[in-house]
Amino acid sequence: MHPAYSVILFTTASGAGYGLLALVSLLALLGVIPPERWLGVALFGIAFFLVTLGLLSSTFHLGRPERAWRAFSQWRSSWLSREGVIAAFTYIPAGLFALGWVVFGNISPPWNIAGWLTCLCAIATVWCTGMIYASLKTIPQWHQPLVAPLYLFLAVASGGVLLNMVLRLFDRPADIAGGIALAGLAGAFLTKFLYWRSIDTASDTHTAEQATGLGTFGKVRQLEPPHSQPNYVMREMGFTVARKHAVRLRFLAVLFGFVLPIAATTFVLALDASVGLSIATSVLAFTSMAIGMIIERWLFFAEARHVVTLYYGAQTA
Amino acid sequence: MTMLPEKTDKKLGLVIDLDICVGCQACVTSCKEWNTSGYSAPLTDIDPYGADPHGTWLNRVHGYEAGEGREGRTVHFPRSCLHCEEPACVTVCPTGASYKREEDGIVLVNPDTCIGCKLCSWACPYGAREYDYAEGVMKKCTLCVDRIYNDTIPEEDRIPACVRACPTSARHFGDLGDPESDVSKLVAKREGYDLMPEMGYKPVNKYLPPRPARDGRSSAGAPARLSEPQHTQPGTGTTSTADKFFAWADTVLSR
Ligand code: SF4
Ligand code: SF4
Repeated sequence: MHPAYSVILFTTASGAGYGLLALVSLLALLGVIPPERWLGVALFGIAFFLVTLGLLSSTFHLGRPERAWRAFSQWRSSWLSREGVIAAFTYIPAGLFALGWVVFGNISPPWNIAGWLTCLCAIATVWCTGMIYASLKTIPQWHQPLVAPLYLFLAVASGGVLLNMVLRLFDRPADIAGGIALAGLAGAFLTKFLYWRSIDTASDTHTAEQATGLGTFGKVRQLEPPHSQPNYVMREMGFTVARKHAVRLRFLAVLFGFVLPIAATTFVLALDASVGLSIATSVLAFTSMAIGMIIERWLFFAEARHVVTLYYGAQTA
Repeated sequence: MTMLPEKTDKKLGLVIDLDICVGCQACVTSCKEWNTSGYSAPLTDIDPYGADPHGTWLNRVHGYEAGEGREGRTVHFPRSCLHCEEPACVTVCPTGASYKREEDGIVLVNPDTCIGCKLCSWACPYGAREYDYAEGVMKKCTLCVDRIYNDTIPEEDRIPACVRACPTSARHFGDLGDPESDVSKLVAKREGYDLMPEMGYKPVNKYLPPRPARDGRSSAGAPARLSEPQHTQPGTGTTSTADKFFAWADTVLSR
């Protein structure tokens, strides 16, 4: 599948944004994060920025952005529509919770209802994002039970790393946030590892013989493609990454996305480092994670092989 | 509305005879010609005379080789929307622009409400949907919905443009939901099949397999293998002066 940059930016930015929203509201309600004004401004500011950036870039991906509102209508059957509805709805409770926190310095009842709703909606949005991919039978590498949980873990990991960084910058207790970031990172790493193992070991279930129904005669080979230049189908669905590159990129995704952020976050948690060093290390963890996430998302697309390639010369998919 | 209808009154679709298709591409061009000014007009071409020409076409004809030796054959393989009974291309659509008609089962995209998110094309196993880069919306086979019910054109033209154009009658159009229809009988007789039935989309369009090679085909008198090609030009094997002259003249004149 062709890795469109707008979709990579959308899924990574909104994943981190909704992850942050969920963690901030949860930890504030549990009394772990103090509802201080400027801390709230920073946390909600970053979360809203990321979420909005994601939604805007997903709109740029559309052929007709001015009609985007129509995507709210088919939530009964479409995961994409559900994602749109919940993503947009989340602004309401999140806005109210931020209002209570930042303006009134109050997150106790009734403001806390908005907080719980924010947490719930943020998680649901990320789940829908994962399900958009996981529900597509046409792409065996996405049609996997691990895909939606993977999106959730990655959101918790990137939101956690981000939260840890902001708390360190404000010199507020961040050990619990750091712990959550670590748990999210470890969970995401494990899920991604299992995901890669599963797509590497699964044998292809669809063949060119099935696609054409010509298997009774023997092996099917493409003789003449129907067009001389790639058409939309080939440009969008025919993109594949060479195995050699994929291995190298997986290594980079693991290094930047998981190993470095885990090492940096553990370092800050374990050692009683100075404020300056904690900040520097948690910023490093976040920067590295961001790079790793983008590589991971690029690979998620590039390693996915669509069954339509069977009509264009692929032997199996 | 992207929920699928419980059932459709008819199952209009195509039956494609792979035994007959000669890969002439007449259906491809005829489809483009009709539809570029039809329901989903225009079907834009990008860079048509440049180095990387591509564009929106609703019907494509592939050429495959299947099998080896005596049982092996070349198969011309037309591919367009199969108007599936359970198409995920419809259910994934967030806007309702994609829908399946209850009256005849035709799967359509409303070009006025499509947002061009392309998700439906990801959901189609058969590569039947082509995005129009210039229009920003998805295009697909309409089964010539603007011909088949069109009483302003002569009756014999009220069939899809591809079926009308096919010079070998390799394409048939009809109601595959009616077991008594000509197309259903043809499918039953020739053991028509579904493409990728394991996907569970239940395509309406059916493909008729190439017929098995006839026994005694090699008795037409042709040798099983051509003998080694003669490396001598006509005449060069002889020494007569006249032959040499004609051979020389032939070479000179054919330069
Ligand atoms: S062939 Fe593809 S576009 Fe046509 S109905 Fe089936 S899934 Fe949808
Ligand atoms: S591209 Fe258009 S028809 Fe296809 S899923 Fe998106 S809105 Fe629906």
